[in-house]
Amino acid sequence: MCGIVGLLIRRSELRDSLGQLAVPMLDCMGDRGPDSAGLAVFDRQADAKGLGFSLYWDCGVPDWDAVLEHHREVLGTDATLDVNGDNALLRSTAVPSAVPGWLQEHWPGVDLLSVGESIRLFKDEGHPREIASRYGFESLTGSHLVGHTRMATESMVSPAHAHPFTAGQDFCLVHNGSLSNPNSVRRRLQRRGITFETDNDTEAGCRYLEWRMREGDSLEEAIESSFEELDGFFTFLMATAEKMVLVRDAFSCKPAVVAETDDYVAVGSEFRALAHLPGVADANVYEPSPKMIYSWSVVETGTPQTTAVVS
Amino acid sequence: MSDTIDFDLARVSVRELNRYLHTELPGSDVTRVGIQNPNGLHSIAAGLDCEVEVDIHGHAGYFIAGMNKQAKVTVHGNVGWSVGENMMSGEVRVQGHASESAGASSHGGLLVIGGDASSRCGISLKGGSVVVAGDVGHFSAFMAQAGTMVVCGNAGANLGDSLYEAVLYVGGAIDSLGADAREEPLEASDVETLRGLLAESGIDADAENFRRVASARSLYHWNAEAHQEY
Repeated sequence: MCGIVGLLIRRSELRDSLGQLAVPMLDCMGDRGPDSAGLAVFDRQADAKGLGFSLYWDCGVPDWDAVLEHHREVLGTDATLDVNGDNALLRSTAVPSAVPGWLQEHWPGVDLLSVGESIRLFKDEGHPREIASRYGFESLTGSHLVGHTRMATESMVSPAHAHPFTAGQDFCLVHNGSLSNPNSVRRRLQRRGITFETDNDTEAGCRYLEWRMREGDSLEEAIESSFEELDGFFTFLMATAEKMVLVRDAFSCKPAVVAETDDYVAVGSEFRALAHLPGVADANVYEPSPKMIYSWSVVETGTPQTTAVVS
Repeated sequence: MSDTIDFDLARVSVRELNRYLHTELPGSDVTRVGIQNPNGLHSIAAGLDCEVEVDIHGHAGYFIAGMNKQAKVTVHGNVGWSVGENMMSGEVRVQGHASESAGASSHGGLLVIGGDASSRCGISLKGGSVVVAGDVGHFSAFMAQAGTMVVCGNAGANLGDSLYEAVLYVGGAIDSLGADAREEPLEASDVETLRGLLAESGIDADAENFRRVASARSLYHWNAEAHQEY
């Protein structure tokens, strides 16, 4: 089944409440996906140096100090580490391509969850409510986030198989549905030298879209091409540093509901995930149409903007 | 006797509410039940089987008033999937929009959607009437066997695919007809049926401006020469 949630803040004063507004959304969708959960939050720090690397310590007691020290020593760069339990955000000026190799060679128990200027990614096993409190999601701040609650149907339950999936920088995807041709998509991408971390169908979709964008497509164009290339049922919710994008396949048998106000755009698998949001009773609540691409941009000022909808 | 009882779903669970509706309500003096804070919850007022008026104030979730018998349920808001599914009799009215599979598999009664209904509205309809003031999504009335569906707005792709004996009326545009569905002339008896349903639904529309869609019945018998192409 699975549940998806997304929240994009339109009134900048609300950015400090991003996590507080989103935790009940994730908790509620725990009914649709109780085995694991994840969340990608976008919080651009104008003065930050280098890129953020979200790390997950997947076995045993984390020794993040040693990781940081080793990173500085081996890659010879300035770096900081924001530790949150088994999750940490490494901010480093290292060449991005050097980081995965360094981790694989020296820290095989540390997974790289995301890379980017703005993105920070959490995912783990357990009930979404538990995960939200484990990492203190309530205190998250930023412009937007997307989250997922998983009920695994096609690949194993593990932190790595939880959503969101990422590829490239500042891009992530959460998915409610199932793809029926992930293996052929994966094989075709592997022949192009793209590497995979799991056998999960959503990772195949995520890497497909990111590959199209590297080939010059906009995200919207990449999604258009995915209608031909990705077979299956899906509601995809994606985020980049600049926007949040939603699309449902032509049959649309996986649900989604949107609530828009001047203050925020909220997406959930079901309305009950949005029912607690302030002003939702007067929000523009609608069900996204099949094969329509809904794209909402992050606003840097407090002025709300209109929704961009591309067919 | 017009006793009213109110339930606030912020304080009482749907299970407690439904237990009251199933066990204590029938035979009591209560004729009206008000429900506050539905907040998208599922299965509110499902399985009713007595003459009562139920008002749900706000947006509700899936399976609202499913399996309804006799009762009149009004939702003052939107609903999620499968509102009034498998209704046997009575009335279910949604003032807002309905998500997928509204009125799925209903056997009787009247379901009125004041706004739009999403895809698969009236899927496998087995009797009764579904009236939608707005549009319906794709694959509506799929395999509908009996009863009537009225769409005052537009119908999405593949309307009435694999239709049996249900009859559909559409006031607006039809994106496409599904396999074995065909448009037929609107007879005087159709206009009469429409007038009755529109009046019962409280919708002001000209019954003569609807189109009738029914089964061509070409799928009723196996045709080996069709080579699975329909």
